[in-house]
Amino acid sequence: MSEEPRIGVFVCHCGINIGGYVDVPDVVEYATGLPDVVYAEPNLYMCSSDGLQKIQEAIKKYELNRVVVASCTPRTHEPLFQSACEEAGLNKYVFEMANIRDQCSWVHMHEPEKATQKAKSLVRMAVAKARLLVPEEEPEIDIRPTGLVIGGGVSGLTSALSLADQGFKVHLVEKEDRLGGTLLKLDTLFSSNVKASEVINPLIKRVKASTDVTVHLDSRVADVKGFIGSFDVGIETRGEPEMLSVGTIIVATGADYLSPEGLYGYGQVDNVVTQMELEQLFKEGGRLDGVKTLVMIQCAGSRNEERPYCSRVCCTEAIKNAIKLVKENPKRDVYILYRDLQTYGIEFSMMEYDAKKSGVKLVMYDKERLPEVTGGKRGPMVRVYSPLLDEELTIETDMVVLSAPIIPNEDNEALSKHLKVPLNSDRFFMEAHVKLRPLDFATDGIYVCGTAHSPKEVAESVSQARGAASRAGIPMAKGRLKTAAITSVVDEAKCSGCGTCIELCVYNAITKNERGLAQVTSAVCKGCGVCGASCPERAITMRHFTNEELEAQGLAALKEA
Amino acid sequence: MSYEPKIVGFLCNWCSYAGADLAGVSRFQYPPNLRVIRVMCSGRVHPAHILEAFRNGADGVLVAGCHPPNDCHYISGNLKAKRRVAMLKKLMIQMGMDERRLRLEWVSAAEGEKFARVVTEFTNQLKEMGPASMKAMAVAEDD
Repeated sequence: MSEEPRIGVFVCHCGINIGGYVDVPDVVEYATGLPDVVYAEPNLYMCSSDGLQKIQEAIKKYELNRVVVASCTPRTHEPLFQSACEEAGLNKYVFEMANIRDQCSWVHMHEPEKATQKAKSLVRMAVAKARLLVPEEEPEIDIRPTGLVIGGGVSGLTSALSLADQGFKVHLVEKEDRLGGTLLKLDTLFSSNVKASEVINPLIKRVKASTDVTVHLDSRVADVKGFIGSFDVGIETRGEPEMLSVGTIIVATGADYLSPEGLYGYGQVDNVVTQMELEQLFKEGGRLDGVKTLVMIQCAGSRNEERPYCSRVCCTEAIKNAIKLVKENPKRDVYILYRDLQTYGIEFSMMEYDAKKSGVKLVMYDKERLPEVTGGKRGPMVRVYSPLLDEELTIETDMVVLSAPIIPNEDNEALSKHLKVPLNSDRFFMEAHVKLRPLDFATDGIYVCGTAHSPKEVAESVSQARGAASRAGIPMAKGRLKTAAITSVVDEAKCSGCGTCIELCVYNAITKNERGLAQVTSAVCKGCGVCGASCPERAITMRHFTNEELEAQGLAALKEA
Repeated sequence: MSYEPKIVGFLCNWCSYAGADLAGVSRFQYPPNLRVIRVMCSGRVHPAHILEAFRNGADGVLVAGCHPPNDCHYISGNLKAKRRVAMLKKLMIQMGMDERRLRLEWVSAAEGEKFARVVTEFTNQLKEMGPASMKAMAVAEDD
């Protein structure tokens, strides 16, 4: 921007949140004296419609070409003020915030004078940056109306059908030789006791019949290039490579179950099985007829140091199976040994009452003194210390059923690298924000659902799958998308072509041009700035976070203007 | 009046800046010596930005980002910050500076309490250490 900066500074009282501790009129007066500031005013609530209107009026009246709001955090309020600026004819990138509430008045409540001093210097820093701000164009990109769904379980099938119902083409990639995933292995689902096959088979049938969904069985994602709107995904089907061109990607790869080798006699004592294997026995029928006493052990291999998380479904699954077992044969003794019974929500806690009424025996055990399973004359012998009874019980059983945890897929690691999306510390896929963006990855155009994200039951997976498909549908329905302008820029005059930035960019957004110099593909760049910080020639800077802007802020932090 | 150290803090937008916001929302009190510069990623912080802050009179510089290995919004920017800070600390020692004046911390969006603790500890530590010698060097450089 060649024109001289004309900065307006708007200082918010936020009721008493700022005004109660920071001398707002004093900050306004101080701001008036800062370089290039032509106007400053206070407001009780800057984010109110009145406050926004005042900003817009001042932009026109004082011909402002930069706006600074000193109030709360840009993480929540920047978009609101930016759109107010846009409505008044300014580019949204000439806006800057000073966080004088969350990082000043609220944390220095007992030192009002120092808080006021700090608020002044935060405003000074924001003005210093604002003087250097320039309007930025947000690049527009095309979005291919085709989705890729990775995983053909209940989540993947649901999101594929949802995308197809919205009118998009879908590629569905499944690593096994058949669709259906974990539900194929289950007998019934809580809380309605519907047969798992009655849930999954219609989905499989609809997907197979759909002309919009192309199913790739025995297939794996081998390579992902590109960005939202135009991903080029290389898959391998029984060794045969194929390239898929899609606009969005939904990760619905599901999860696995721990095989609890060595735990509670599993693999060593006969008739020690997992809940999944019990489901199989239910499906086959017959083998459980002779079972008079059965003990289930919860948290078998979970909520420990190695796997600190709760698998969410096992308590309710155990309750469901226990009720089924006692209802089949009321003379059966069924025990559930638990640490904390987590049958959350209305329906599931009702199941817990049902189980108790039906005669299922719930025995709490102590994490520090785990139950023991050994081979007995009749079947597995269980010894468990109950802290409530302060007594050790010995139970002769015909079968022990272990509730083994849901564990992340082994392939998560590789897929997260291909997609450039993160895993959490338990190695499940991690969404962009647990509350604000629960279905998206931080990487645009890639979404997550089902147990790939975290252990969850079928209804939750289905909801999340539909949600992810809705999210993926938004850019594909629009067809074009503006992307953030915060990307890196190479000054070719300074670039020596060393390639350090190319090495360090995890998004492969930088390549060498025909002259051997660094060249950024803006649509691929996520704006982290790692390249800028690593450039030995300082030839790379970030739009909206330029080297000059950051250093001007630093200088303003340390020195009076 | 007692000596008040000046601290410049580079906070990543996704974890540490959010952690600082949470400290505010939770009303955790800490000394008012820190001046925050928001960056998208701790990996964005060029060593020159840090040295420039010291040259301009900072007594301490804080770089704060997402917990390694997996919290980084940009996959591994935090790890790059970690290596860079380690390098820079070596350089600071060679320049005759106390490397404790540069501090790297991992603060998640959920760690408001940790953020307040880090700022308090760092401020107190710098108070004990007294003003940075880099200021003297900067003056000598200007002469």
